[in-house]
Amino acid sequence: MTEKMLEITNLKTYFHGDDGVVKAVDGVTITVNKGETVGVVGESGCGKSVTSLSVMRLLHDTPGEIVDGSITFEGKSLLDLSEKEMRMIRGNEIAMIFQEPMTSLNPVYKIGKQLEEVIKLHLHYDKKEARNHAVNMLKLVGLPRAEDVVNEYPHQLSGGMRQRVMIAMAMACNPKLLIADEPTTALDVTIQAQILDLMRKLRDESERSIMLITHDLGVVAEMCDRVVVMYAGEVVEEADVLSIFENPKHPYTKGLLGSVPKLGQDLEKLDSIPGNVPTPANMPKGCKFAPRCEFAMDVCWKKDPSLLATNGNHTCRCWLYQDQEKILEV
Amino acid sequence: MAAPLVEVKNIKKYFPVKKGVLGRKRSFIKAVDDVSFTINKGETLGLVGESGCGKSTTGRLIMSLLELTEGQIYFEGNQISNLTNNQIRNTRENFQMIFQDPYASLNPRMKIRDIINEPLIIHGYNKGDRMNRITELLEIVGLSAYHADRYPHQFSGGQRQRIGIARALAINPKLIIADEPVSALDVSIQSQILNLLKDLQKSFNLTYLFIAHDLSVVEHISDRVGVMYLGKIVEIADKETLYKNGQHPYTKALLSAVPIPDPKLKRERIILNGDIPSPANPPSGCTFHTRCPLATEICKQEVPKLRQIGEGHSVSCHLV
Ligand SMILES: Nc1ncnc2c1ncn2[C@@H]1O[C@H](COP(=O)(O)OP(=O)(O)OP(=O)(O)O)[C@@H](O)[C@H]1O
Ligand SMILES: Nc1ncnc2c1ncn2[C@@H]1O[C@H](COP(=O)(O)OP(=O)(O)OP(=O)(O)O)[C@@H](O)[C@H]1O
Ligand SMILES: [Mg+2]
Ligand SMILES: [Mg+2]
Repeated sequence: MTEKMLEITNLKTYFHGDDGVVKAVDGVTITVNKGETVGVVGESGCGKSVTSLSVMRLLHDTPGEIVDGSITFEGKSLLDLSEKEMRMIRGNEIAMIFQEPMTSLNPVYKIGKQLEEVIKLHLHYDKKEARNHAVNMLKLVGLPRAEDVVNEYPHQLSGGMRQRVMIAMAMACNPKLLIADEPTTALDVTIQAQILDLMRKLRDESERSIMLITHDLGVVAEMCDRVVVMYAGEVVEEADVLSIFENPKHPYTKGLLGSVPKLGQDLEKLDSIPGNVPTPANMPKGCKFAPRCEFAMDVCWKKDPSLLATNGNHTCRCWLYQDQEKILEV
Repeated sequence: MAAPLVEVKNIKKYFPVKKGVLGRKRSFIKAVDDVSFTINKGETLGLVGESGCGKSTTGRLIMSLLELTEGQIYFEGNQISNLTNNQIRNTRENFQMIFQDPYASLNPRMKIRDIINEPLIIHGYNKGDRMNRITELLEIVGLSAYHADRYPHQFSGGQRQRIGIARALAINPKLIIADEPVSALDVSIQSQILNLLKDLQKSFNLTYLFIAHDLSVVEHISDRVGVMYLGKIVEIADKETLYKNGQHPYTKALLSAVPIPDPKLKRERIILNGDIPSPANPPSGCTFHTRCPLATEICKQEVPKLRQIGEGHSVSCHLV
């Protein structure tokens, strides 16, 4: 039986700005099972990072607020925990690799101290054990000069090195759920391969779960069991990884897959999705993808379609796949 | 045979760094260390390699934005290294650069009109011509005159990169050096820009030096590809040869590490172990030997030469 690790249900996270409300995440449902890697893909600004920050309950420094929905982790409702209880879960049971490394590294402490703090807090190691573990983790993520790096400050490291420190920190306590937000974007392909290998080991050897946010469809194909495609704050398609790549349904997913140049494929022109993502101020009334969609029909401009199963566990939010009667009702 | 549009001969760029407690001991970062290649008219030469291997520095040397430590650069057969400032300005008309970060490379306080106007003024276009040219350029890159009076923050990343391209095209350059022009963009926008660059190349017979770390993007756009490692070119060949029959162990490792968007494909990866060396203190012999799965004794001692092993295909490796 599959055991549910993380269940995000109908999550709505809004930002209140001077010029109105930004519905960054608007009714998102994502489930991650034990031992499973779920990929989250979608255009810049579609709400991937805000979804993961909501799970970690790290929105207090932003004007963002969870206005609806629930988040459960191993059956516990995360939104009902006190900040103190949440702190014991963060870094230990759920760890996150942030898109921007400097958000989670403290500029005034040495790398070693920051890693050791996390290790001592959650694994209860003494100082010496913690130091050894920290150095080992840094070596595992392919950082050269690990013994020296522990005595350096974040600003002394390059972007790619900082990213690896963060990955080491996130993996140090063998978390049950790892949320990785673009974990390898600043890294070279050879280092990226090493990190992905490490994440796979974590998952397979101790049945950990991973929620992997990335722009790189190659990484998704290699790492993920299931894929969630987001567009403008909503999930527009979800399926197992093979179905997404071989039988994508939503026109946005199709466009995304066609846009990627593939090694060894000689094409004169790549497909591309015309236009840009709608800004919060001019969000379309109906389907949010309609202005860029080559198949848009009348109904698409009037009402947002719902996320429906097309077959089995493959769901899609598109009028092309909804039955005729419902379309006529609108 | 006509001279290549650009020829780079044994160029070096060493950056001094201060070392030691008092900062007295001088040493050098060998950012570019004896690099040679040619770019023919109308072609795209791709340049790949890991972060810090000297790709951008190579581009900036060709642009004369940096002074050479050693070596020569020729443009249409004439040496352009070591020119006076005036001469540099004249040859620079032929070169333009597109930068990685579409956010940082446009002045936020200038309207789009003024951003594109700048190179036109410097190169002496009169006012009427300038206004027509701005409209024309915006249309070439898929924007319109209506956008001219807006500021950069009013545009998306992909649109800003189009503006950067319009500015680069303004004075009809012959060579465009594109330094990671699409790495900051979303895949769907990335393909719009790659298609645009290809179309423009055809329309205006442009020559590109295309710098990127994404090997699939480089394969898509290039005719020939050079692979750099720690300041040196370790392999260069036409695209088909390099991607199907790359010989350098580093080229092979790079290619095997690219994630392929096909979940059914399971590949054997060459995982590189060993420390990544610092360009301030490069390893002896072949600089790749510390990570090379095949390294032997000679690799630690002797620097391999870039040797031709086939038509237009050169490799620097003792084992090839
Ligand atoms: N601190 C904030 N204040 C106001 N709005 C915010 C804030 N953080 C995010 N947003 C808005 O929320 C929306 C979703 O942002 P999010 O960072 O989740 O996107 P993303 O999918 O992670 O994009 P990317 O791929 O670029 O990382 C965007 O419109 C963004 O402008
Ligand atoms: N102005 C400078 N002063 C000192 N060192 C420099 C300078 N510019 C570059 N370097 C060093 O030269 C080396 C090559 O840098 P370069 O920017 O050319 O790399 P790159 O291949 O473009 O890397 P990336 O893919 O990260 O852009 C690096 O080690 C860098 O730290
Ligand atoms: Mg994000
Ligand atoms: Mg660079």
